[in-house]
Amino acid sequence: MGALRAADGFSVSRESVAVEVKDLHAFYGRQEALKGVTMMLPANAVTAIIGPSGCGKSTFIRCLNRMHEEVEGASVQGAVIIGEANIYAPGVDPVEVRRRVGMVFQRPNPFPHLSVFENVAAGLRLNGMHSRSEIADRVEEALRLAALWDEVRDRLSAPGTSLSGGQQQRLCIARAIALQPQVLLMDEPASALDPVATSRIEELAVSLKSVYTIVIVTHNMQQAARIADKTAFFWLGELVEFDDTDTIFTLPKDKRTEDYVRGRMG
Amino acid sequence: MNAERRPRGHVGARRRRDKTMLVLCILAVIVAVVPLLFILGYTIVKGLPALDLRFFMMDQPPAGASGGGLRNAIVGTLFTLVIALVFGVPTGILAGTFASEFGKPKLAESLRFVNDVLAGVPSIVIGLAVYGIVVASMGHYSGLAGGIALGMLMIPTVTTTTHEMMKLVPDALREGALALGAPRWRMITSIVFPSALRGILTGIMLAVARVIGETAPLLFTSFGNTHLTFNITQPMDALPLRIFIFVASPYNRWQTLAWGGALFLVVIVLILNIVARLLGRKRARD
Repeated sequence: MGALRAADGFSVSRESVAVEVKDLHAFYGRQEALKGVTMMLPANAVTAIIGPSGCGKSTFIRCLNRMHEEVEGASVQGAVIIGEANIYAPGVDPVEVRRRVGMVFQRPNPFPHLSVFENVAAGLRLNGMHSRSEIADRVEEALRLAALWDEVRDRLSAPGTSLSGGQQQRLCIARAIALQPQVLLMDEPASALDPVATSRIEELAVSLKSVYTIVIVTHNMQQAARIADKTAFFWLGELVEFDDTDTIFTLPKDKRTEDYVRGRMG
Repeated sequence: MNAERRPRGHVGARRRRDKTMLVLCILAVIVAVVPLLFILGYTIVKGLPALDLRFFMMDQPPAGASGGGLRNAIVGTLFTLVIALVFGVPTGILAGTFASEFGKPKLAESLRFVNDVLAGVPSIVIGLAVYGIVVASMGHYSGLAGGIALGMLMIPTVTTTTHEMMKLVPDALREGALALGAPRWRMITSIVFPSALRGILTGIMLAVARVIGETAPLLFTSFGNTHLTFNITQPMDALPLRIFIFVASPYNRWQTLAWGGALFLVVIVLILNIVARLLGRKRARD
């Protein structure tokens, strides 16, 4: 994807940061969904989270922007350090965390009452940006980064929901990166899309890693193998193995990882 | 032979039963629809002659006189409705929003129960309550008291529709907004509320249609006024009140005006219902 070519005429100087997770426990009521995860997600890289359904991978990613606690009865213990700061330190406002950590969901969820343009502008407006020209610049930049600009430049005022499924998902990515977050979380972003749209999302994830730290949850092992620099295997709420993607798929150290990547489990 | 005939007999009996029930159903429909058509037709026949320019431009005539209109009652109803909207709509919307977005499931459930009870309270009891609170403390009847009474009658409808329409907004949109770093209140005002707006408007229209013809709660709140007034702290007239008084009077012109007022009310309620229905249908298609 040429989204980051200099020819596009804007600079990308934002600093992406590593995410350090320390002994992270997550609960739904009394049930423990994550049992002490410790790992270091490197900056400017794609980290894939794989594992069978119910292994806690979605819960894990939702802990990285404090969305987990939005579920009734959910709670978190441990630390997640993004850049310098622990987002679970007392007094930290989850709203502030979510501005710095963008998220893309499993199903595209553009706001149905808003146009393509306004969907991307939504995050900026929700956070109190008012200058029209500034918003227009940021929207265009985000749409270019999301490799969607050329497809929607003529219908910026059409409803966001009028786009195809794949375009809607890239619109949601644009919406997330318009806020210029430091980390971009993707929760099975391609699971509701066809193969062509999926490969565009994958290319996008790879191209965006020069700007962002990307964490992607996927149940598709080929997808992890194609795009991730690092891969983590979760099983029953535990981090079983975390290594370079090549190592995970060719020479896993743990028997459970090996079974899973060979398709003998899950 | 018997064995062959018996099933046929069975089928015949079933067919007869089927026919009987069908006829009963059709009769029931006729019983339900005919009075409605009769009321509509009778109101049109009796009321249409009264609906001329005078009806809207002139105040009510003195007893026994000819001419005049119902301007005092029409303006009174309009003012009372505006007060009711100002009082009832924000209250209902805020209560519905609370139930949908903030209430824990149990709290929302009890709120819903209280709301249903309020919806079931006879309107004259609401009128009594407002009499005790507003009229007694002001010392006299007023359009304001009447508006508050109608507003209280609107609250349950507005609360329920707001709650249900906001519940229909998918959680994925809420998550999307929260993940963009929107505080909860911004998520509600910018994302949830616009998505539910059309349904809420429908609810408001139906609430207005419900209270516009209410007579009982106005009897001892806005009381009625034979003269035109724009002062909401004074007793104020309303169409249902005026119809109530005029239709029972021995004067020809008053009776005609009462029928005109009735027709006018029916037409407005019909329009409100049609618009609400159109709004609702458009939402379903979106």
